[in-house]
Amino acid sequence: MAQEKVLEINQLKTYFHTKRGIGKVVDGIDLTLHKGETLGIVGESGCGKSMTSLSVLQLVPDPGKIVEGSVRLNNEELVGKSEKQMRNIRGNQISMIFQEPMTSLNPVISVGEQIAETIREHQGLNRKQAFQKSIEMLKLVGIPSPEKRAKQEPFQLSGGMRQRVMIAMALACNPEVLIADEPTTALDVTIQSQILKLMKNLQKKLKMGIIFITHDLGVVAETCDRVAVMYAGEIVEYSTTEELFRHPKHPYTKGLLQSLPKLYEDQEELQAMEGSIPSPFKEHQGCKFTDRCPIAEDSCHQIHPDLKMSSDHSYQVRCLFYQEEKELTKGMSSV
Amino acid sequence: MLAFITKRLAQTIPVIFGITLVVFLIMQMVPGDSAQVLAGEGASKETIENLRHNLGLDRPLYVQYFDSIAGLFQGDLGISAKSHQPVINEITTRLPISVELAFYSTLITIILGMTAGIISAVRPYSVSDMSVMVVALLGISFPSFWLGLILMYIFSVELQWFPVSGWDSVKHMILPAFTLGASGAAIVARMTRSSMLEVVRQDYIRTARAKGIRGYLVIYKHALRNALIPVITVVGLQFGALLGGTVLIESVFAINGLGRLIVESIRMRDIPMVQGGILVASLVFVIVNLFVDILYRFFNRRIDLN
Amino acid sequence: MKAATKPLLEVKHLKQYFSMKKESPFQKKQYVKAVDDISFGVEEGTTLSIVGESGCGKSTTGRAILRLDDPTEGEIHFQGRDLAKLSRRELKDVRGDIQVIFQDPFASLNPRRTIRQMLNESMKIQDVLPKSDREGRMLELMTLVGLPPDSLERLPHEFSGGQRQRIGIARALSVNPKMIICDEAVSALDVSIQAQVLNLLKKLQKQFNMTYVFISHDLSVVRHISDRIMVMYLGKIVEIADKHSLFNKPSHPYTKALLSAIPVPDLDVARKEIEITGDVPSPINPPSGCRFHTRCPFATDHCRNIEPELRELDDGHLVGCHYAEKLSI
Repeated sequence: MAQEKVLEINQLKTYFHTKRGIGKVVDGIDLTLHKGETLGIVGESGCGKSMTSLSVLQLVPDPGKIVEGSVRLNNEELVGKSEKQMRNIRGNQISMIFQEPMTSLNPVISVGEQIAETIREHQGLNRKQAFQKSIEMLKLVGIPSPEKRAKQEPFQLSGGMRQRVMIAMALACNPEVLIADEPTTALDVTIQSQILKLMKNLQKKLKMGIIFITHDLGVVAETCDRVAVMYAGEIVEYSTTEELFRHPKHPYTKGLLQSLPKLYEDQEELQAMEGSIPSPFKEHQGCKFTDRCPIAEDSCHQIHPDLKMSSDHSYQVRCLFYQEEKELTKGMSSV
Repeated sequence: MLAFITKRLAQTIPVIFGITLVVFLIMQMVPGDSAQVLAGEGASKETIENLRHNLGLDRPLYVQYFDSIAGLFQGDLGISAKSHQPVINEITTRLPISVELAFYSTLITIILGMTAGIISAVRPYSVSDMSVMVVALLGISFPSFWLGLILMYIFSVELQWFPVSGWDSVKHMILPAFTLGASGAAIVARMTRSSMLEVVRQDYIRTARAKGIRGYLVIYKHALRNALIPVITVVGLQFGALLGGTVLIESVFAINGLGRLIVESIRMRDIPMVQGGILVASLVFVIVNLFVDILYRFFNRRIDLN
Repeated sequence: MKAATKPLLEVKHLKQYFSMKKESPFQKKQYVKAVDDISFGVEEGTTLSIVGESGCGKSTTGRAILRLDDPTEGEIHFQGRDLAKLSRRELKDVRGDIQVIFQDPFASLNPRRTIRQMLNESMKIQDVLPKSDREGRMLELMTLVGLPPDSLERLPHEFSGGQRQRIGIARALSVNPKMIICDEAVSALDVSIQAQVLNLLKKLQKQFNMTYVFISHDLSVVRHISDRIMVMYLGKIVEIADKHSLFNKPSHPYTKALLSAIPVPDLDVARKEIEITGDVPSPINPPSGCRFHTRCPFATDHCRNIEPELRELDDGHLVGCHYAEKLSI
C-alpha cells in the first residue's frame, strides 16, 4: 500500500485509575489511517472503541489517562503536547462527530454560531465572514434554506438535520482526519442512509481520512475500507472489509457475524456467543476472549497472543491458532 | 410569548384578590382595633365607639372589605387610622427605599453568588471550592438580623467604616444590602456550582472541547448559559424571601422603608395602612415573579415548543 | 403459520390522539395523531412485529393494547373482551394475561428490592399460584431464562444488560401470560447478547405457545422473530403481511425504502436503491392524501389528494398504496 499515512497510532494505552483498581480500557492499540480512506473500529459496548478515539484528541474524561504509546498526525507526535497545542489540532486538523445529535449540540446557541465559532477559533475570520462560511457549510451538508437554519437553535431541527449540522461543524476547517463515533446509531434507518451517503460524498470531495466507530457490522460493510475489530481494549482482528466479511479469522469476529440475524435468510436459531464482555478491571494472563471462545485450549489461558501479521501483510489476527486455519475452524461452521 | 405573558398576567388577578382577603381577615382576628389604639390607654368606651363610627369600623365586615376593594380600583388605599393621611402617600414615600434596598441586595445575591459558584465549579473539590462552599454554608445558616448586628458591630461600631443606620448615601446602603443579600448569595452559589457541574458533563461541552474552543469560552459561553437556567428560578424565589427580609433588616438598621412601615402599622392596628402596605408588597412580588418567568422562558425556549 | 382461526388479539379502528398544550385560550385545540385508525389481529402462538421509524406510532400501539394510555377510539378484543372498554378494576384480571418487556425493564424497578421480592410481588398481585408453590416456580423461571438460581437473592444493579432483559422476561412469565408485548426489548443489547435473548424468546414461544407483539425498528431482528410483520408510518399501517411475503415482495414504497436503507453485513447482497429524502413530517398536521407522499419518489397528484385504503394484494398481504401493483422495482 503506497498510500499516504495521515494518522498513526502505536501501542496506545489509556488506563483508568480508580479505587477499584486499574481499568485497562484501551490496552495497546495500533492503527494506521491513510489519506482519503475509511477505517472502521467495530466492537461491542465497553470494548474501548470510543475511548480510543477520545485518546487521539486527548479528551479522555477523568480519571482516564494515556499511559503509554504514541499518536502521530503527519509524523508529528501528539501525545505529550500541551492543552493549547492540542486545541489548535482539535476541530482543525482532527474533527469529531458524536452519536447523539440531540445532546451534542449546545441547546442555547444558534447552529450557525456553533459552526462559526470553530471557524473563528482556527481560521481567524471575523464574525461576519465566519457566519457566512457557516452558511456555506450548511449548504454543503444539504440543509435546505441554510440562511434561515443558521439562525435557529438545535431544538428547531430534526435529528437528521442536527447530525448534518454536526458534520458541517466538524468539516468547517477542512480537517485531515474525521473521527465519527457512532454517527448514525441514534438515527432512523432512512435518515442513517442519507447521512452515510453524505459522509461518503464529502470524503471524496475533501479527501479526508475517516475513523468510523460503530457496533453495527452492516454499517461497516457499507462504509469502511479497512476494519479493526476490538475486544476488551485490544484489537483482535485487523484487515480489509472484504477480507473480514468473506474470511473472518478470529473466533470473536466469527461469533459476532454469526449472532446477527440475517435480513435475507431464514434461521431457526441464532448462533449466540455465550457470556459477556469481561470487565476492564479484570486481570488476564492469557487471551482475553478465552471465557467465551469455542475453540479455547489450555494454552489460551496461559499465553496472551500477539496481533500477528499475515505473510502477505493483508490482515492481522490476535489468536494463537491463527496460522493453522484448520484448527481455527474446528467446531464452528463457516460464515 | 405574548400569549404567555397575557396568560400569566390574568393569573395574577385572583392572586391579588386572595391576598387582600387574607390580609383583611387576619387583621380582623388580631385582638384590638385601630380605634382602641388611637384613643390611647384609659380612654372611655364612648370615645372609642365614636372613633369606631368615624372610621367606619362598626359596619359589617363584608361592607368594610368591599369598601376597601372599591377604593383599591381607584388607587385609593384608604386613610391611615393613625396619621389620617391617605395610605397611598405614605407608601409612595417608603416603597422606593425598600425597592432600592431589595435591588442592591439582589445585585449582591447575583454577582456574589454566581461568581462564587463558578469559582467552585471550575475546580471542584479543590481548596478554593471547599472554602467557598464553607462560607456559603455559613451564609445560609446565619439568621440575617444576627448577621446584620454582627456586621454593624464590626464595621460601624469598631472600624467605623460605615454609618450605623439611616438611608442617605451609598455608604449607608452597603451593610444592609449585604446583610439582606448574603443568604441568597449563598444559595445561588451552591445552585450555580451544582448546575455547572451538571452541565459540564453534557455532551455538548465535549463537542465544544472537541472543536478546539478555548477553555474560558467553553465555561462562559457553552456551560454557563445553560447552567444559569435553573439559577434564574432560584434568584426569583430568593426575591420573595428578600421582601420578607426587608422587614427585619429595615428594623435593625433603622431604615424607613415599606417593611418597617408595615411593622409599625401592625403595632398600631392601623388596618388600612397594613393592608395597603402588604398589598403593594405583594404586587411587587407578583410582578417580579412574572418577570422571572418571562426571563426563564426566554433563556429556555425549548419548553415553549416541546 | 396456523390456519386462520379466531385471533387472540384483534384491534379494530384504534385511534390514539394526544392533545397538545394550548399556547393561548384562543388557539384551536391541536392533536398529535399518534395512531390513526389501525386494525390488525394476532393469532395465538405467533409473533406479530410492528416496525417503523420514530414517531410512526408503534410504541403507542403497544401502550394502547396494555391500556397504559386510554385509546381515543376503537376496539381491542382479547379473549372475547374489549380491553378498550374495561374499567380499571376489570383490567386487573386481564393484566396477568398480557405482559410487557421494555427496552430497559429496570428503569421502572425498585433498585432496593431483590429479584425474589420482585417476582413474589408480581405473582402475588396476579394471584396465579398458591403461596406454597411460588418458591418452586421462581426457581423454574430462573432455569427457563438461563440464570443461576442464586440470582433471586441479588439486586437489579448486579446484573448486566442481557441478564436484566432475562429478568424482565422472567417477570413477564411469572404470571403465566398468554401474550407478551416486547417494546424494543433487544434494541439496547450488544449483538452477541441480543442473539441470546432472541433465542430465549423463540424457545419460550415454542414451549408455551406464547404470543408476541414485537415492536422494533430493526428489520433483521424482526425477520428472525416474526410470523407477520406490520409496517407503520405516521400513525397508519402502510403494509401488513406474512414475513416471507413482506420480505420477498415488499409492495409499499415505504417498506421498500426501509428495506433498502438497512446496511447489510454481507458483501454479496445487492441492494436495490430506493432513496427517500427529507424527514418524517409532523404527526400534528400529517400530509393530505397518502401520508407518505411528501417523501415518496413515485407520488402523483392522486396520492396527494386521496388517502389510500389498506387493501388485500395477495392472501393476507395488505398494502395501503394506490399503485402497489404497478410499482415493481
